[in-house]
Amino acid sequence: MVYYATLMAKVTQDATGILPEIMAGYEPVIGLEVHVQLKTATKAFCACSTRFGDPPNSNTCPVCLGLPGALPVLNKRALELGIRAALAIHLNVQETSRFARKNYFYPDLPKGYQISMYELPLATAGWLEIEHDGQTKRIGITRLHLEDDAAKNLHEGFADSAEKSYVDYNRGGTPLAEIVSEPDLRSPAEAYAYLTALKQVLLYTEVSDCNMEEGSLRCDANISVRRRGAEKFGTKAEVKNLNSFRYLQRALEYEIERQITVLESGGKITQETRLWNVAAGRTEPMRSKEFAHDYRYFPEPDLLPVRVSAAWRDEIASAMPELPEAKRRRFVRDFSITPYDAEVLASTRALAGYFEGVVRAGAPAKPAANWIQVELLRQLNDAGKEITESPVPPAELAALVAKVESGAINAATGKKVFARMFETGKPAAEIIAAEGFGQISDTGEIERLCREVIEKNPENAAKYRAGNEGVFKFFVGQVMRASRGQANPQAVNDTLKRLLS
Amino acid sequence: MKISREDVMKVAALANLELTDAEVETYRGQLDDILTYIDKLNEIDTSNVEPMAQVLAASADDSALREDAVVRSDVIAEVLRGAPDPAPPYFRVPRVIEK
Repeated sequence: MVYYATLMAKVTQDATGILPEIMAGYEPVIGLEVHVQLKTATKAFCACSTRFGDPPNSNTCPVCLGLPGALPVLNKRALELGIRAALAIHLNVQETSRFARKNYFYPDLPKGYQISMYELPLATAGWLEIEHDGQTKRIGITRLHLEDDAAKNLHEGFADSAEKSYVDYNRGGTPLAEIVSEPDLRSPAEAYAYLTALKQVLLYTEVSDCNMEEGSLRCDANISVRRRGAEKFGTKAEVKNLNSFRYLQRALEYEIERQITVLESGGKITQETRLWNVAAGRTEPMRSKEFAHDYRYFPEPDLLPVRVSAAWRDEIASAMPELPEAKRRRFVRDFSITPYDAEVLASTRALAGYFEGVVRAGAPAKPAANWIQVELLRQLNDAGKEITESPVPPAELAALVAKVESGAINAATGKKVFARMFETGKPAAEIIAAEGFGQISDTGEIERLCREVIEKNPENAAKYRAGNEGVFKFFVGQVMRASRGQANPQAVNDTLKRLLS
Repeated sequence: MKISREDVMKVAALANLELTDAEVETYRGQLDDILTYIDKLNEIDTSNVEPMAQVLAASADDSALREDAVVRSDVIAEVLRGAPDPAPPYFRVPRVIEK
C-alpha cells in the first residue's frame, strides 16, 4: 500500500497535480481489449509446439515462418477453446465466421500479415458481471475473435543490441482469443474488477493458464473522459502494454488525469496509441506510425470460412464447468455463507472444490468457510503453497472442525492442532492424542471450572473445609465432568486444593 | 482518372516500396486500367448474389480443421541459412523498437 501511495504521488506530480474537485467533474469511459493465449499443444495454423521456454526458433515450420506456398490449417482445439470462452461470457457463437488478413510490416510478423478475424468474428454480444463496491454491474462484451500471435523481438542482451534486434519465432502463430469489451467501465477500479472476473472465468473454463508473466494474458485499454452528465464520448486514446493488473490500474489513473489536464487547459485530446512506460510510470505516445491503422483487412484466401454447427456448440456448452457466478450463488444459497465468503471460496475451482470437500466430509459450512479462510489460506500463503498442495486434506480439516464444534477442544487449541497438522500432515485425532491437546491445561480455564463447581456445592465445600477429605474426590469428579474429561487432572487437584483451603 | 499519384505513393509506402517519379506514373496508369476494367464488372447486377471471398465451401464435417497434435518440423537451420543476417539460433534484423 505504501508503495502504491508513493507511485500515485509520482503520477499526480507528473500530471501537474490536478485538483480532486476538477477531476470529479469528469467521468472516465473505458473499454478493454484482452488477448488471451489459448491452452493448446500446437499453434493456431500449424503443428508446431506452443511450449513456453523452448530453445529459440526450435518450434517453427514453413507455415509459422511465413514461407511462400505454406498453407495454414486451423487447430480444432483452438476453435473449441474459443467457443468455450465465448459461451462462458454469454456471447452468441456465429454459425459462420471468417479469418482475415491484417497487413503490416514488422519483424515479429514473418508473413507480413496477422491472421485475425474482422467483419465476421467468432462470437458477438455478450456480457460479464463484475463485483465492485458491493455492487454487481454487467459489462457488455462486443466480440471475441481468434487470431495468431506475433513472434518475440529481443532488443536487449546482445553485444550489438544498440544496432540490432533478435527475433524468436517460437511464439509466432500461437492461438489467441481477443475479447473486446463495450466502453462500459467507468473507473480504473472497475477495469481492474473486469479483468479479474474475466481471468477467473478463463481459468475456470481452462481456456488459458492466464499467466501474465509469460504473456498468456495481455490487455490494452481504450480510454476517454467526458464531463459528468454528457452524453457524447470524448476522444479516446488507446493505451497498450498493460500486462499486469497493477499496470492496468496505474496507467488508467495516469491517463485519466492527463486527459483532464489537457482539456482543462483548453487543449484537445489527440486520438492516438500510447504506451505505458513502466519505468517512468506514465503513458507516452507511440512514435508516429503514419500507416499504423491502415491494415487493409481482407478475407484470408488460404482458409475456409469457419463453420460451427449448433450440435457442436451445444456439446461444448454441455461440457462447461460451473462458472464462478453460479458457484457463488449456489454457495450462498445452499451453505448459507455470506456473499463475501462465497466470493473468496469460489475464487478458484481448486479452492471451491476443497471447501466442498470439507463440507462433504461432514463439517458444517460456516465454520468450514472460516477455517479455510482464516487458518488454511494464511498457512498456505506463509508456506508459498497452492491449495492443491495443502498438507491437510479436506476430510482432515473436517475432522478438526468437528472436534472444535463438539467442544472436544476449544478454538484456540484447534488452531494449535491445525498448525501441527499443516506442519506434519498428520490427522487431527492423532495429533490431539499424541500431543495432549485433548487435555485442558489452561490454568485460567481450569480455575473457572473449579470455582463453578465449588459455588454450586457449598455444603460439600463446607464439609471438606471441616476436615472431611473424602468429599475431595467428589469435587475432582465434578470438574472432570464439566470439562468432558479433558482437564489436566494434576492441575485440577492443585487448583481445588488451593481454592478449598 | 480512377487513381491519383498520391494514391499510388500511399499504396507503395504501405507495401514498403520505393518508387521513382517515372515508376509512380507507370503504375498509376496500369492501376487505372485495372480499376476501369473492374468497373465493367460492376455493370452486372449482383444485388441477389452473396459476396464470395473463397472459391471452396466449408464442408459439414470438420475436414477443414486439424487435430491438436505436435509434429516437429526442424527446418529452422536451413531457413536461418537463407536469412539475410542470421545469428543462430536467432534471426537478426536492424534494431526495431517502439517506445
